[in-house]
Amino acid sequence: MNFQIATLLGQDGLTNGAIYALLALSILLVFTVTRILLIPLGEFVTFGALTMAAMQMGKTPKLEWLLLGLVLIDCALDVYQQIKRHIDRNKMKMIALKLGYAVIIIALLNNLSLSEIPMIAQIALTLCLIVPIGPIIYRLFFQPLADAPALVLLIVSIALHVTMVGVGLLLFGPEGARTQPFSDTGFRLGAVMLKSQTLWVILVSIFLIVALFIAFERTLYGKALRATAVNRMGARLQGISPIFAGKATFALAAFIGSASGILIAPITTLYYDSGFIISLKGFVGAIIGGLVSYPIAAIGAVAVGMIEAFSIFWASNYKEIIVFTLIIPFLIWRSMNSHNVEDDE
Amino acid sequence: MKSRNLIIIVLVILAIAPQVLPTFQITLLNYIGLYALVVLGLVLLTGVGGMTSFGQAAFVGLGAYSSAYLTTTEQLPSWLAWSAGSPWVGLLIGLLLTAAVALFLGALTLKLSGHYLPLGTIAWGISLYYLFGTMSSMGGYTGISGLPSLSLFGVLLDKGEKIYYLIWAILMVAVWITSNLLNSREGRAIRALKGGQLMAESMGVNTFRSKMVIFLISALFAAISGWLYAHTQRFVNPTPFGLSMGIDYLFMALVGGVGSVWGALLGAGILTMLKQWLQDWLPLVMGGNGQYEAIVLGLLIIFMMQRSPGGIWPLLVKLAPASWRNQNHIKITSSAAELPRRDLPQKGKLILEACNVTRRFGGLVANNQMNLKLHAGEVLALIGPNGAGKSTMFNQLSAVDTPSDGEILFLNQSLKGKSSRQVAHMGMSRTFQHVKLLATMTVLENVALGAHLRGNKGIISSALHIEREEEQRLLQEAQYQLERVGLGEHLYTEAGSLSLGQQRILEIARALCADPCVLLLDEPAAGLRHKEKQALAELLKKLRQEGLAILLVEHDMDFVMNLADRIVVMEFGEKIAEGLPEEVQSNPAVLEAYLGGAE
Repeated sequence: MNFQIATLLGQDGLTNGAIYALLALSILLVFTVTRILLIPLGEFVTFGALTMAAMQMGKTPKLEWLLLGLVLIDCALDVYQQIKRHIDRNKMKMIALKLGYAVIIIALLNNLSLSEIPMIAQIALTLCLIVPIGPIIYRLFFQPLADAPALVLLIVSIALHVTMVGVGLLLFGPEGARTQPFSDTGFRLGAVMLKSQTLWVILVSIFLIVALFIAFERTLYGKALRATAVNRMGARLQGISPIFAGKATFALAAFIGSASGILIAPITTLYYDSGFIISLKGFVGAIIGGLVSYPIAAIGAVAVGMIEAFSIFWASNYKEIIVFTLIIPFLIWRSMNSHNVEDDE
Repeated sequence: MKSRNLIIIVLVILAIAPQVLPTFQITLLNYIGLYALVVLGLVLLTGVGGMTSFGQAAFVGLGAYSSAYLTTTEQLPSWLAWSAGSPWVGLLIGLLLTAAVALFLGALTLKLSGHYLPLGTIAWGISLYYLFGTMSSMGGYTGISGLPSLSLFGVLLDKGEKIYYLIWAILMVAVWITSNLLNSREGRAIRALKGGQLMAESMGVNTFRSKMVIFLISALFAAISGWLYAHTQRFVNPTPFGLSMGIDYLFMALVGGVGSVWGALLGAGILTMLKQWLQDWLPLVMGGNGQYEAIVLGLLIIFMMQRSPGGIWPLLVKLAPASWRNQNHIKITSSAAELPRRDLPQKGKLILEACNVTRRFGGLVANNQMNLKLHAGEVLALIGPNGAGKSTMFNQLSAVDTPSDGEILFLNQSLKGKSSRQVAHMGMSRTFQHVKLLATMTVLENVALGAHLRGNKGIISSALHIEREEEQRLLQEAQYQLERVGLGEHLYTEAGSLSLGQQRILEIARALCADPCVLLLDEPAAGLRHKEKQALAELLKKLRQEGLAILLVEHDMDFVMNLADRIVVMEFGEKIAEGLPEEVQSNPAVLEAYLGGAE
């Protein structure tokens, strides 16, 4: 291995690591607030990437039907609840807003010539399409189980992953896709050639991480979520709705997931089922952080990216084995340090 | 005995099925049998033991690949040349290899707590899958083909309808072994793993060993299934051993009913048929030919988890008429010899002693320089207002917690470094302040768990039910203790349906079942009615008469004053008084602690 190769691998490792770090952070966020290990996070990544790719090929992304379907079910449930209790004017307004939103997004997708609008518009549309899916998923699948044992939540999470992979196949087909890079220029730093997309990924990741940090430290809603993470019952007694907390974290996770997908789509070809392995690597990072520490999780995730990149060079066939075996010592270490004597149900 | 008839009917149907069904249906039944074997292991591991594994498919792969390699390779290693590529030697080696891998992975992952365990199984499940695909000697991702068919007693099992009998015979043996095991001393220890580990340890159960046992059994079931699969298909590649199959196995267990042996069969059957049916119909509805059944199956599981997390089997059991339900509780014959009893120490002998025990939690001193002595044939009560440090003291006396300073002597041995399991061995038995019972097990089984250390028959004799004589003796002892505490009519009631007071009494019976020389009771009279309290006091007096040393932590002053020989009073982690009940009652320090001082 010479310096040239090392810098190339380092770039790859850093790019992937930055993505894993983003995913690890949203996994942690969702876990601490809702106790759910969000395995389907990877599907948001592929949905984001494949939707972008569809737009750039000038096709209307079929994901619109998923959004429409979910919004309709969501609103139908809302209406049902309204009728059962009493009709609340504000709630009805909300339902109308939700339906209106879905209709506007679908109208935009079908009337713009998607491949010709600027990339920033494509990105915005993709995010607008995917992010609302997060909270609806929480509402339909997890909200009824809010008090269920953690194991049930894990199983529902895995079942949801299986379902979403199936939906991915149905909506995007089996072909892989790649998108155009955000910009074409490369940078030369001494003897090292930097790919521009690498810089985009790293910069956007850092920006998002800082933005998350500020949101959680400085805003009231961020503090509410943190309070829920620290003590669910206590937060509830202070008037923080656990339903709101769940939906908000799922929206954030959907946002980070699809943004990660958009970021790496120009670098890696993604298929409908690529998300699982990607999110699992985020999990490795989250576990290194003990499912509690954000900074350690982020560092761990970057380390995973690096190890992965360098094992491609030394033992490319064993790349996945190395990454997933790596997790076991951390699991043991974390288990030994966690002091729950008994998992009482 | 309707349930036995039902089993016979099912067996007869299974026996004639290959004669009447078309080949395709038999193939489907073969798959159901193969899957059910793996799922059965999962029932044991997840449903009974409370450990979720997504990695079972990897063990199936180990069984399949071992035999596939050994029966097709050109150059067998010289020490195996004699086997001449026989699938049966393949099976043996596969089982040994699987056992070795399972022991290694178990040692690594079974200590994992909470979420880390299922995540750990995902990690090694994926790693093994990639390993199968990467090793070129195993044919890489294309796999190995040309495996020989099995032959048994000279009959070549080369057709689906022939190997069908082998698959289902093995499955039935596995079901028999599993239900035998669960219905035994070892089985009670295994069933205590889910939500009762702390309690089981203090009854002398080695919970880690129990976990390892079921992990190993489930891995071996999976390996046998893999071996059968390989020689039925006569071809292996990594795909059926990946994580998605591991998830499918868990789904089967959940749909069928993860808590019961028959749920495994039901789940494997339902999911296999449903998948087949969906694969035929969905493409017609949705167009194209993707694996859309995943969407339906995933949603089905979510729906199940929301509506009936116990699976379908318990629903069926509820629907069945009461007379069909399994009522075959083991009859206790009084002919079995009694279990040997421990020689109790002489009355008045010092049994348990705390010497200058101090326990700090960070800056908080929960116990400060505590001293107390407990003799054989006496009842010592430890009392004090809330927050006085009684529970901390109790935990240290029972070796759940270790003192920061000072030490506890039990029969002249220091408890330093001893686990609650070892202490149980030495003759200490306890009850819990918050009742710790296995709610779905019968009262009798709960109490028999207390006698765990008084039996010694292991897993294999339990699985084959050749330990029935010892089992009789254990159950008889449990029955005796239950009658003694006055729960004789509730032997076969579910423990969870007893009243709180009865549950506390049950804990005392369980503790007595261990044949202890010292009994530690944590608030035994809480929640008891007046009559029950009187009966309990009578019982404790009788036990004292027999020479047992009894320590109780209690709030009920009437109860304590009428029963205890001596009383130790604690406040703010320190002993403020000690003596006879009358002395303590008139002690000014005690009065101040309980009633507040007169200023």
